[in-house]
Amino acid sequence: MSDIAPPLWLLAELTYRCPLHCVFCYNPVNYTDHSSELSTDQWLAVLREARALGAAQLGFSGGEPLLRDDLEVLVREGRQLGFYTNLITSGVGLTDKRLDALKEAGLDHIQLSFQDSTQELNDFLSSTRTFDLKNRVAKSIKEHGFPMVLNCVLHRYNLPHVDKIIDMALAMGAEYLELANTQYYGWAHTNRAQLMPTAEQLKEAEAVVQRYRSEIGDRCKIFFVVPDYFETRPKRCMNGWGAVFLGIAPDGAALPCHTARSLPGLTFPNVTTHSIREIWYDSDVFNRFRGFDWMKEPCRSCEEKTIDAGGCRCQAYLLTGDPANADPVCDKSPHHEAVINVVRRAAVEREPQAQPIMFRNDSNSRRLAASPDGPHPDHHNVPDLAGVRK
Amino acid sequence: MTAPTLMLKLKLKAIFRLQWEPAQEAHVLLYPEGMVKLNQSAGEILKRCDGTRDIDTLIADLQQAFDAQGIGDEVRLFVAEAERRGWLESVEAAP
Repeated sequence: MSDIAPPLWLLAELTYRCPLHCVFCYNPVNYTDHSSELSTDQWLAVLREARALGAAQLGFSGGEPLLRDDLEVLVREGRQLGFYTNLITSGVGLTDKRLDALKEAGLDHIQLSFQDSTQELNDFLSSTRTFDLKNRVAKSIKEHGFPMVLNCVLHRYNLPHVDKIIDMALAMGAEYLELANTQYYGWAHTNRAQLMPTAEQLKEAEAVVQRYRSEIGDRCKIFFVVPDYFETRPKRCMNGWGAVFLGIAPDGAALPCHTARSLPGLTFPNVTTHSIREIWYDSDVFNRFRGFDWMKEPCRSCEEKTIDAGGCRCQAYLLTGDPANADPVCDKSPHHEAVINVVRRAAVEREPQAQPIMFRNDSNSRRLAASPDGPHPDHHNVPDLAGVRK
Repeated sequence: MTAPTLMLKLKLKAIFRLQWEPAQEAHVLLYPEGMVKLNQSAGEILKRCDGTRDIDTLIADLQQAFDAQGIGDEVRLFVAEAERRGWLESVEAAP
């Protein structure tokens, strides 16, 4: 146990319920199979145990965490325990009354999601009329004195609007802007053919970001998370499996990454039956891809394994069928061709697709969960993680 | 026109929180979804950037606390780096 470092990042996914229906959501497509939710007391125990082990960052996410009316109670306890508390929200339900209560409870920061700089696309992608509301909420967040990070997931449809999205973030007074290119898991994987951009779109957007960075100084820090399908080396996913990140799903399942539920053959330990200490240090799931012993070739003998830790297990499974394979984003992987083919297809098929775009909602979730292959491989959208920003 | 800037007090920006983490046996700087582990001298310097000291007072304070001389350059270098990283702001002296 002494050589396993403690968790630093606790992500509390309070609920899978969400008023938005975003086509790139990283939640499991079969989220309707996991509809039970931990009680307030169970969450409080999770916070205390994780803090005792050493976790310092606490994210409240979902689904939409504001749908839990005990959010303020959990924030207060998290802050008192010494966590830096982050609310990751769509803004729906973030009234002035709740902002007052969250401020009073000690919430440190709010990350607000936008889908685009235009009402039309924002509302289409989330299948809601929420653009104006989000604008009002952004204003209230600043009026309440919270640091605000604006997050916008990028893809084929909104990459050409990157300049407008940055202008919007500046006008709102956001401290950081996270331009997160879609990662293809969960609902984003289901909608991959529609969302995948072209290499040209990415190059143009990156140039725009560079131009703004040089113009605006440190007014707003812009993060541009490169989509790894366009790379030749994988990202150091989760900074390594079981290394810093501990996610707790709404039903209490403990996850080494946001989207680990898409992996086959794993029985996730649950906080209702195991302590956080047992889960982190002793469980089969958290030890499964820890360190290097689980690796196959070409990772096992690769000198770069300490840099990327073999990449993403979910991506390896979705694209090669085996989660212990090298992440095929790596051009040393014998399966790298699979990634190239996806990107190549996106470049030629300008107007997709046989399959209509699939909004994240309960009926689609039930349909996907019941499909013959189950929630099929080839599925999540992983937000940026602790330890990545240095 | 030159003197006033020297009077400005150093302050950690509101988006950051500095705290001691027993599990890491170190001071850490926490900010939205991120954390930086600090070495001992960085921790001691940032702890004192609370809006009550200008750079000279900060250095004098550290020299006294650690019974050390000639650390001025090292402190200035770190403060410049912390400003470059956007951790610190300079504020007018409180009335």
